[in-house]
Amino acid sequence: MTSAEPTTLVTPDMIASKGVWGPETKSYPISESDIRKWAIAVYWPETPPRIYWDADYASSTKWGGIIAPEDFNPFAWPPERPASRQSAGPVPGKKPAKGENILNGGQTDTFFIPMRPGDVITSRSRLSHWEERQGRNGLTIFAYNESEWHNQKGELVKRRISIGVRY
Amino acid sequence: MAKNVYFEDVKVGDEVPAFERKTDFMNWNRYAAVNDEFVFLHMDDEVGKAAGQGAAFGMGNLRWAYVLNALRNWIGDEAQVRELSMQFRAINHKNDVLTTVATVAQKRVEGGEHLIDLEINVRNQDGVMTAPGHATVVVPARG
Repeated sequence: MTSAEPTTLVTPDMIASKGVWGPETKSYPISESDIRKWAIAVYWPETPPRIYWDADYASSTKWGGIIAPEDFNPFAWPPERPASRQSAGPVPGKKPAKGENILNGGQTDTFFIPMRPGDVITSRSRLSHWEERQGRNGLTIFAYNESEWHNQKGELVKRRISIGVRY
Repeated sequence: MAKNVYFEDVKVGDEVPAFERKTDFMNWNRYAAVNDEFVFLHMDDEVGKAAGQGAAFGMGNLRWAYVLNALRNWIGDEAQVRELSMQFRAINHKNDVLTTVATVAQKRVEGGEHLIDLEINVRNQDGVMTAPGHATVVVPARG
């Protein structure tokens, strides 16, 4: 550790936003093609289950139609990209400063109503709490973020607590 | 298949059939495309090295998907995954062979639902358990 090493990775923004729900984000309507492509990607190179792409088969199940995989992300591909959303984490040609390295630490999801073609999902999230400790990458912070997704009928789709790691 | 597993037929200690993938750019790039996850750490070896991880590495959420796939393949289309929790503790390097591990830990009936709790992990080709966690699935009962 050098003398320039910070003693904390907690930022003023984190303190100010702790426990405060951020603005709601609304997805574009989910399409059958979005679901089919997602399923192909996560099952590659195997043919994904028909429930994700075959409307005739899906209509014969208790769901009555195609549903999305639990992990489907309807918020991918927004047209507007502020600089903060262009690429998370370090960039080529620049040695990351302490605290600029990121990892996905994991998550806990609780799934309720499945997503379907035509659904519009609304999400809100907040920083719940954090822990800081010395790890194999030196001082490391684990930030716990809580989010909720609802569909256009107001039904709860998913609750997530995710762990963002910075070191 | 719509229904694969009935509550009565599951025993504590049962192992869920594994979902296995060798992860290379065919998997990573497709996942990046659908999840819009174009992060230098997942694409550029120099950035991965500068971050102390040796090279570019795979997305935790792809391992997450593999576990969901294993659970889905096991329970069938009409049962539900209610909860999944995982910690990504080890990096997924290119060409790793990842194998899901899911073992029945407990069965319970709650609020009229037949629930099965499982211990979860993802093992790599070196035997490293990369992503410990737990899951709960809701399955039909024969009764």
